[in-house]
Amino acid sequence: MRRSTPTLELVAVSKRFGNLRALDDAHLLLRPGSVHALLGENGAGKTTLMRIAYGLLKADAGSVQLDGRSVDIASPAVAMRNGIAMVQQHFSLIPAMTAVENFALGKRGLFIQSREAKRLQEFATQLGLSFAPDARANTLTAAEQQQLEIAKALGRECSVLILDEPTAVLTPLHAASLLRWLREFADQGRSAVLITHKLRDAVAVADDITVLRHGRSVLTSRATDATESDLLGAMLGTRPTPAAPQRRAFAVTTIDVQPVASLASVTATDRREQLLEISLDVAPGEILGVAGLDGSGHRLLLRVLAGRRAATRGSVVLPTKIAFIPEDRQREALATDLPLRDNIALRGAGTRRGWMRWRYWSARTRKLLKEFDVRAGTPGAERGAEGDELFPANALSGGNQQKLVLARELSDQPELIVAENPTRGLDVQAAAGISTRLRAARDNGGAVVFYSSDIDELIAECDRVLVAYFGRVRLVEKSREAIGRALVGAA
Amino acid sequence: MAWRAYPAIQHVIAAGIVAGTTVAFLVVSGYDLSASLSALWRGAFGSIDAVLSSTLVRAIPLVMLGIGVAVAFRVGVFNVGGDGQFLVGAAAGTWIALLDLQIPAVLTVCLALCAGAFAGGLWGLLPAALRLRWGVFEVLSTLMLNFIAANFVSYLVRGPLQEPTGIYPQSPTVSTQLPVIIPGTRLHAGFIIALLCALTAWVWISFHASGFRTRLTGANPTAASSAGLINTGRLTLGVFIASAALCGAAGAIEVLGVTFALYENLSPGYGFTAVVVALLAGLHPLGVIVCAILLAALDAGAAAMQRDAGVPSVTAWIVQAFVVLAILATAALTRRQRLARFVSR
Repeated sequence: MRRSTPTLELVAVSKRFGNLRALDDAHLLLRPGSVHALLGENGAGKTTLMRIAYGLLKADAGSVQLDGRSVDIASPAVAMRNGIAMVQQHFSLIPAMTAVENFALGKRGLFIQSREAKRLQEFATQLGLSFAPDARANTLTAAEQQQLEIAKALGRECSVLILDEPTAVLTPLHAASLLRWLREFADQGRSAVLITHKLRDAVAVADDITVLRHGRSVLTSRATDATESDLLGAMLGTRPTPAAPQRRAFAVTTIDVQPVASLASVTATDRREQLLEISLDVAPGEILGVAGLDGSGHRLLLRVLAGRRAATRGSVVLPTKIAFIPEDRQREALATDLPLRDNIALRGAGTRRGWMRWRYWSARTRKLLKEFDVRAGTPGAERGAEGDELFPANALSGGNQQKLVLARELSDQPELIVAENPTRGLDVQAAAGISTRLRAARDNGGAVVFYSSDIDELIAECDRVLVAYFGRVRLVEKSREAIGRALVGAA
Repeated sequence: MAWRAYPAIQHVIAAGIVAGTTVAFLVVSGYDLSASLSALWRGAFGSIDAVLSSTLVRAIPLVMLGIGVAVAFRVGVFNVGGDGQFLVGAAAGTWIALLDLQIPAVLTVCLALCAGAFAGGLWGLLPAALRLRWGVFEVLSTLMLNFIAANFVSYLVRGPLQEPTGIYPQSPTVSTQLPVIIPGTRLHAGFIIALLCALTAWVWISFHASGFRTRLTGANPTAASSAGLINTGRLTLGVFIASAALCGAAGAIEVLGVTFALYENLSPGYGFTAVVVALLAGLHPLGVIVCAILLAALDAGAAAMQRDAGVPSVTAWIVQAFVVLAILATAALTRRQRLARFVSR
């Protein structure tokens, strides 16, 4: 038996972290039976607000109310008792345990494998799960892990589900089916909060929309009443003028210039993916788009092109200066405990000799912080101020961490840039900034290999598009239909 | 941030933790607090001789092993085999010192210290290779090797290296010794070597490119190899062996500077106290000097406490254990703060 869905209300919530004001009198009202989109730029306070509702953080001021009654959500356990569950952006699965074990985690009483498997199977049919219940969590793709997280929340009989940037890790196909499912979930009388910075997702599925900016709720509206430009204006604080993307008439399928990077009959494997007999040239002055579903081989292809993985067979010719922007920046690109300066000096550390010229690295870091608009110090202060370079990288928001990686990798005019979902988790402005930089690199004769899980982004940014499918790649026409068909292996 | 000057405040906190747990233990166990503490103080700092011959002499191996442990921790290796490496280093040093080499004494001393470092490094090569080749967790392998080293020394002092009369399980007295640097005390040249090691380690890890690579690898090995193109395996191997070599050299220094012979129980658990020293120092090489002296003083004072106030000298061990718990608790708290700061944006 499920209890009835409460009305969740966050009233005048404020929260500070040191001298950073993360939330400042934020409000949110979640009606039963609705999907509520929580929009905002990176660092607007969306996650913080929902973490307070889920009991992971404590508000400095304000209250969490359920059906008009103030409740002290002191911990996630309390939140769960009240039917609130949250799927965080970084999943909290235990890698070495199976799907069923993860599913049953946190429940009370005996663990009866067959019973839990049956329960998971029930949700599986609802969610359209595609993995075996006894698969280990670390063998699941990001999309599957997310499904498992949601199943976990459902298994705890939640009536209020909070999803933090759920579509960030999903391919368009998976994202669409997740949003469809979310709609059904709400139509059954339960409610959901969808934290996102993707306007389109919000408008597509939500009943209500709240926009946060600098920790304040600046707009609350029914989804049907808000126009896209209203929302964008509320998120950014200004009405943006849509910049006409400069595009070059450029549709090469073969290249006749000296390639920057070239693969000939390359075969490679790692734990999760394989490449089979890939031949590929990357030309100077092009942005080569790469598309692929989970496990199709695109991850490995990017790493071979970036010189981060060796081929088992075939020949790989790469330039000396390669910029690599991996998707998981915290794991692959940053030492988050170390200062920003050390993270900048990380590039090229493997071949550096002699003494570290820290004064030089400090100055360089400050210059890059300024140039790439990385917010490190106190809000409002000048970028790249003295001492900013000594902040640890984990004091930066996700979007600013991404900018830091970009600043480092692009700072020495690389001949080849390999970027994997570089705009993931970034707000509109920051994403546009990255796109500008990649285009500038292209126009200066550099080569860019660009993977995105967003087909529209690929079409907008790239000169050629390559689709990976089961370890093989194919150049396809730059259109939604052609890419979509190639992604699933159709001719 | 290792490159910066070591924050003095941390010394105060470290001393506070040690003093606090000592007092708490004495009060809880019902000993006469003032008598115990004055004995403790006398034993550790009460006279010039207590400071130089007791506290500082005890601090020498702790500095060396503490540096070894701290440097290994920095690259992400938990070397808890300091004891074993210390013992094989001591055995090798003793062996060289006992050879009749017909060379100047100063050269024999250098050779003995190098032999100690070499033997210690060799003792570290095994767990390092096991970890890099097969992923064997070094906490287990280095710990197990401690027992092997201890039994190996037992064999040596009853067999090949036993003193000529064959009665005592110990080696003959070595005639080549480290010189005393302050006449009338027992403070020997090993103290200078230990300080130089600490200083070198600090300069290296803070300012040298390979020291920087070490810190990067310890902070995030995946990013170090992916974004920094660092050969983390080779680096880890090198640092692991260097750490073990420092511990081995400490063993040779102990024989040539303090005991002048190889015994079975040469190390009263220096390898573990060194872990406490390294953690207490926040893995900072210069901090290791201060913290090593602090724990050496506790040890020296505990001996006096037993003599004068009847408090068992194992007090020092109990306090050390509490210190580790206190450090782990603070580390957990700071980690949580960091996490909160990170997730909040």
